[in-house]
Amino acid sequence: MSGPSTYEPTSAFERWLDKRLPIIRFSADLLDFPTPKNLNYWWTFGGILAFCLVTQIVTGIILAMHYDPSGAGAFLSVEHIMRDVNHGWLIRYIHANGASMFFIAVYIHMFRGIYYGSFKAPREVLWLIGAAIYLVMMATAFMGYVLPWGQMSFWGAKVITNLFSAIPIIGPSITSWLWGGFAVDSPTLNRFFSLHYLLPFVIAGLVALHIWALHVPGNSNPVGVNVRGKSDTVPFHPYYTVKDGFAISVFLIMFAIFVFYMPEALGHTDNAIEANPIVTPPHIVPEWYFLPYYAILRAVPDKLMGVGAMGGAILCIFILPWLDTSKVRSMRYRPQAKIYFFFFVLACIILGFCGAHEVDDKVVAGLSGFTLLDANINSYTWVSRIFGLYYFVYFLIITPMLGLRETPLPVPESISSPVLSHPAAAPAGAAAAPEKKG
Amino acid sequence: MLRKILALAAVLGVAFGGAALAETRQAPLKHPHWSFSGPFGMYDQAQLQRGFKVYREVCSQCHSLNLIAFHDLGAPGGPFWNPKYPNPNDNPVVKAIAAEYKVADIDPDTGDPIQRTATTADHPKPPYPNDIAARASLGAAPPDMSLLARAREGGPDYIYSLITADIAPNATTATAYAPTPAGLEVAAGKYYNPWLLGDLSSTWHGQGEPPPGGIISMPPPLTANKTTFDDGTPSTVDQQAQDVSAFLMWASDPHMEERKQTGLAVLVYLVLFAGLLYASYRRIWRNVAH
Repeated sequence: MSGPSTYEPTSAFERWLDKRLPIIRFSADLLDFPTPKNLNYWWTFGGILAFCLVTQIVTGIILAMHYDPSGAGAFLSVEHIMRDVNHGWLIRYIHANGASMFFIAVYIHMFRGIYYGSFKAPREVLWLIGAAIYLVMMATAFMGYVLPWGQMSFWGAKVITNLFSAIPIIGPSITSWLWGGFAVDSPTLNRFFSLHYLLPFVIAGLVALHIWALHVPGNSNPVGVNVRGKSDTVPFHPYYTVKDGFAISVFLIMFAIFVFYMPEALGHTDNAIEANPIVTPPHIVPEWYFLPYYAILRAVPDKLMGVGAMGGAILCIFILPWLDTSKVRSMRYRPQAKIYFFFFVLACIILGFCGAHEVDDKVVAGLSGFTLLDANINSYTWVSRIFGLYYFVYFLIITPMLGLRETPLPVPESISSPVLSHPAAAPAGAAAAPEKKG
Repeated sequence: MLRKILALAAVLGVAFGGAALAETRQAPLKHPHWSFSGPFGMYDQAQLQRGFKVYREVCSQCHSLNLIAFHDLGAPGGPFWNPKYPNPNDNPVVKAIAAEYKVADIDPDTGDPIQRTATTADHPKPPYPNDIAARASLGAAPPDMSLLARAREGGPDYIYSLITADIAPNATTATAYAPTPAGLEVAAGKYYNPWLLGDLSSTWHGQGEPPPGGIISMPPPLTANKTTFDDGTPSTVDQQAQDVSAFLMWASDPHMEERKQTGLAVLVYLVLFAGLLYASYRRIWRNVAH
């Protein structure tokens, strides 16, 4: 925790406990944590993500009470949950759509971190833990998608686990070790279920570290300058509990629209067919949140290189704090960086669309195009290559070079100065206890 | 798999350049009006009852409905739901339907396999003991229908389009779904269906691109007056197809009505809650310049 504790034990019991286990002091300091007063709504996604994690764990524990992790019983037990368990349909739809909501929130949270330079010193470890959370989230989501044991679950598991066979020499051994046999089958499902139950608690542990690492330097903020003193901050409670609470409730409205009115919109119809190892679905696609990486994977003609590119794309996120040379945190004051960042977000979205299509589908219908090297120029292969290349160029070339070459706009002296010169600013002053002004 | 896709893409890219590539296609689906579409749409109970009759008299000859127990028919939102019988096992219609079926069981005294009269908790016996038996008898294994509407892109529109095809609404015999395009090779006992998502490039010998659709083993299942509706609705092919598609949508998603009703209450609550939180937010922050 940064700063001295302001907690004063008031009763004899609190004084007694405070000397033995200062848990009340710990909680009071968390609630009182000085937080920059200029955080915008992009900063509410941390709270939204914590909410998503709790939702997934609670619904997941209930689902596990009714689920049968066997090749013969998994699909039927999911239908049993959907049809016979009281409100089972609700719990399952919250869990299935909750995974997508979790990823929507985590992507916004990550893009926010990149735009506002939240990964820069002294927050590199905070960023690294966040990247690790994202990696474990991907593993958890992938294994969770296998559990309903539908066609897309089965074939998705097969395609992804097969990627490990690209590793020279030991690849095939790793693959059969992952499968627990010589094909994706009941043992694979068993271990995926076990790990799918374990990993969310690993995420919860990493989240605790993430929050700890956040509370040492304190929050970054949209202006990107350091907090200078008390006039720049407000206590986390009630200022950000109410703001995060409002953002969570708006997020929940979107969540509820999916759960109650289009619960299958983000899924795939083939997953309503029980897994069948001898019938391959016509199009094998992963869940939407993996599509950009899937596009990068398929853009490379060699399997091992493709797997390498996909791994490299995730690695770029980890090493970002050491790639960015700019001393200015917030892109608000980096007009050029803003443009490159905008195209980076666009590239990620376009890669997602590419991942959803077959590699040889035409991008512009009716245009025949021509063959360049190994694929038609009017195919998703080439679109994936162009935007996949931009993904890497953004991290490995633009980010390091731009920091050295650009001329940033003048950065405000303090958090309060741009706030107070803002025309809409209220008549001033540091934050005071709201209950006294209410 | 992936290596195959990439290799195929590379080979085709080099060999054919800009030529059209093989892909699954289908004719544009028909979109009848469904009572259950939209956020407030609910099932039409009379339609579900008619659809159940079509399933029972036509589809169930070949297709199982394994996930539906008899009491599901009388559950809230189901074809025979009656508020007088909150426990669907007491519903006389459901009991009467179950009593018409026999299911396999073990004699509790002798241990011998027996056939006994079904109870409301039983599931109707599938027409074939397994897919191999179905394939041996029919030439292809008919899919179980419990999840069909959720397992096909387009759901009820797909089922409706596939089974009505181009048959005249009052035809009493049907031997084809649509005229077979010249140049398409169709094996004996198989049928061309433009709405079946398929790839006809391997059996296409005509000019240009192969026609949309696929080859299906199921003969056109519906003809006019094949099922007599108890409520007096004229039994056209179109009517039967709509009703059975609606019934299969219910079978795939039996809690839809409860889901949409709960959703409305949840959304009203969330909007009010968000409004209150926003008001609190404005009040708490009103003296902070930010």
